Amino acid sequence: MQNSIVRLVEASKAFTTPEGGIVTALDSIDLDVRRNEFLTLLGPSGCGKTTLLQAISGFVELDGGSILIDGEDITDRPPYRRPVNTVFQNYALFPHMTVGENVAYSLEVAGVAKPARREKVSAALKMVGLEGMEGRRPRQLSGGQQQRVALARAIIARPKLLLLDEPLSALDKNLRQAMQIELKTLQNELGISFIFVTHDQQEALTMSDRVAVLSGGRIQQLDTPRAIYDHPVNTFVATFIGASNLFEGTLDGDRLMTADGMAIRHQPCDKKISTKATALIRPEQFFLAEENAPFPTIDVDLDQIVFVGSTFELFGRTAEGRKVIAEVPANRRNLVGTVERTRKARLAYDPAAVHFIGANAGGA
Amino acid sequence: MSIASRRRFQLAVLLGPVSAFLAVFFLGPLAIMVVTSLLAPGLYGGVEWTFYPHNFGRILGFADPMFEEFDPIYIAIFLRSVEIAALTVLATLLVCYPAAFCIARLSERWKNFCLFLITLPFFTSLIVRLFVWVLILRQTGLVNEMLLSTGLIERPLDLIYTRGAIILGMTYVFIPFMFMPVYASVEKLDWTLVRASLDLGAGPLRTFWRIILPLTAPGIAGGAVIVFIPALGNFVVPAVLGGAKVMMFGNLIEQQFLAARNWPFGAALAMMVMTVMLIMMIAHVVLSGRRSAAAALAR
Repeated sequence: MQNSIVRLVEASKAFTTPEGGIVTALDSIDLDVRRNEFLTLLGPSGCGKTTLLQAISGFVELDGGSILIDGEDITDRPPYRRPVNTVFQNYALFPHMTVGENVAYSLEVAGVAKPARREKVSAALKMVGLEGMEGRRPRQLSGGQQQRVALARAIIARPKLLLLDEPLSALDKNLRQAMQIELKTLQNELGISFIFVTHDQQEALTMSDRVAVLSGGRIQQLDTPRAIYDHPVNTFVATFIGASNLFEGTLDGDRLMTADGMAIRHQPCDKKISTKATALIRPEQFFLAEENAPFPTIDVDLDQIVFVGSTFELFGRTAEGRKVIAEVPANRRNLVGTVERTRKARLAYDPAAVHFIGANAGGA
Repeated sequence: MSIASRRRFQLAVLLGPVSAFLAVFFLGPLAIMVVTSLLAPGLYGGVEWTFYPHNFGRILGFADPMFEEFDPIYIAIFLRSVEIAALTVLATLLVCYPAAFCIARLSERWKNFCLFLITLPFFTSLIVRLFVWVLILRQTGLVNEMLLSTGLIERPLDLIYTRGAIILGMTYVFIPFMFMPVYASVEKLDWTLVRASLDLGAGPLRTFWRIILPLTAPGIAGGAVIVFIPALGNFVVPAVLGGAKVMMFGNLIEQQFLAARNWPFGAALAMMVMTVMLIMMIAHVVLSGRRSAAAALAR
């Protein structure tokens, strides 16, 4: 209990669409955010992640359930009485105020005296790398700088929890990656919990202590980035996070037999024979087999070979017509050169790298 | 033709007609007014072609010692007009500002319908609409009849021919003028800024003062100027609803031209109003210009 900074209990929210339909944005969600944790809410648009964030910040009223922050029930409190601050997607800086006034706003509201305010503003700006920019207007700053001001403004009052609503989506790729690292560092320095909303799975994996994958108003899986990537509990999570090759079939000893006649080898497991299961092989688990390699293989005809820098992506098709994606390191250029000529590849995999969907969640 | 000279040519074509029209029908009469205000009044109307600064003297305190006396009544009437115009601005703002927020949040279709309703009064003559107010406000009018029949009052109230009636009438006339600029800035208001303010701990009242009001201030200032200037010079509303009891500066000017046939003095009075309006306009342009210049610099 003491380790939890935010607790949602059976939080529910439904919206009525203009057409009169009902959309369940939050379907009885239970969630615990730990102290000093970087938690990411990840999901496609419309999955409920933004609603969940706004329920915590107080801009969405729940239909049912409750929200506790630091053990205190804040379900019925208005946004301005919650110990929570938000970094908005479009920054939402006040255009008629200077950077300094923007950052100082929450302190001014709280009645902090001017000298103390000035000191804290300059410290907060220093923290986000904008030292001495107090006198500028928000419009005079670049997108990345505005984002930093928004960040400084949100953390200056030391909220118990910082909410970030897709704050990096408007930045270009290089800046976004730099900010990802900075955000993570900042969170460590501040020691406050971050809830970060994104639809970018790469972003989620990079920064988070834990990731909650949402779909249809439910948390599909809540775990560390590695666990979510390596052991997705269902096909939605498997396909949403990273590229994946899924093979549905029935178990037969150390093989999974698909309906179209493929056999996927896997490590012995405690599942019964002829249980239905779905096997996942991530593209990077495949490698190009040399002759006589002691590994199971899948033969494919290649549709496309894409060079993406550190790796090649191979888009292939089995004799049965099943699509397979493989990712091989670019330092194996010789082998790739061979398959490029023949347009055929023998993709090998380690049975230990084959994961059954939902295996760790106890489902079959 | 170079691009620059072609642009100049385009500008000349686009701005030519309006410039010519204003030069003939605005600057021309204005020049005549300026000249007239500095001439002596003729004995039976018209003007005497001699330089005569005492028209302004009668208003400001250096009257012609031979014929006229300085009378502070003109300044008093002017100040009263300023007061009524200012109260009109305040009243229209109090009506329009909340309404603008309501209408800005409606769906597109209802928005357009409401905007149509606001422009609807322009489809009928102003005079006709003002006489309807006479029917409503007079001693035997709608309001008094209703109050009498319910027994709330025993004798009819003096509603018409009062300062209040003028302000009511002016408010009614100028609401659309206030509404449009106020609505334009309210509709543009970015509500995520309001959310940000609430999120940062500011309650609704403080959010209004610190965020909503400053961000919609340009619309309020624009509406205030657009209402104040014609309200100050208005003579129709006070003529119809103020009767002979409450005179505004517009009525005074009208009287000098039509009844007293003292054109130079009427022109001098008109110049006074114009000067004040001009100062206000310049102040507004300079202030809003500074704002947009700062915005342009920031971009």
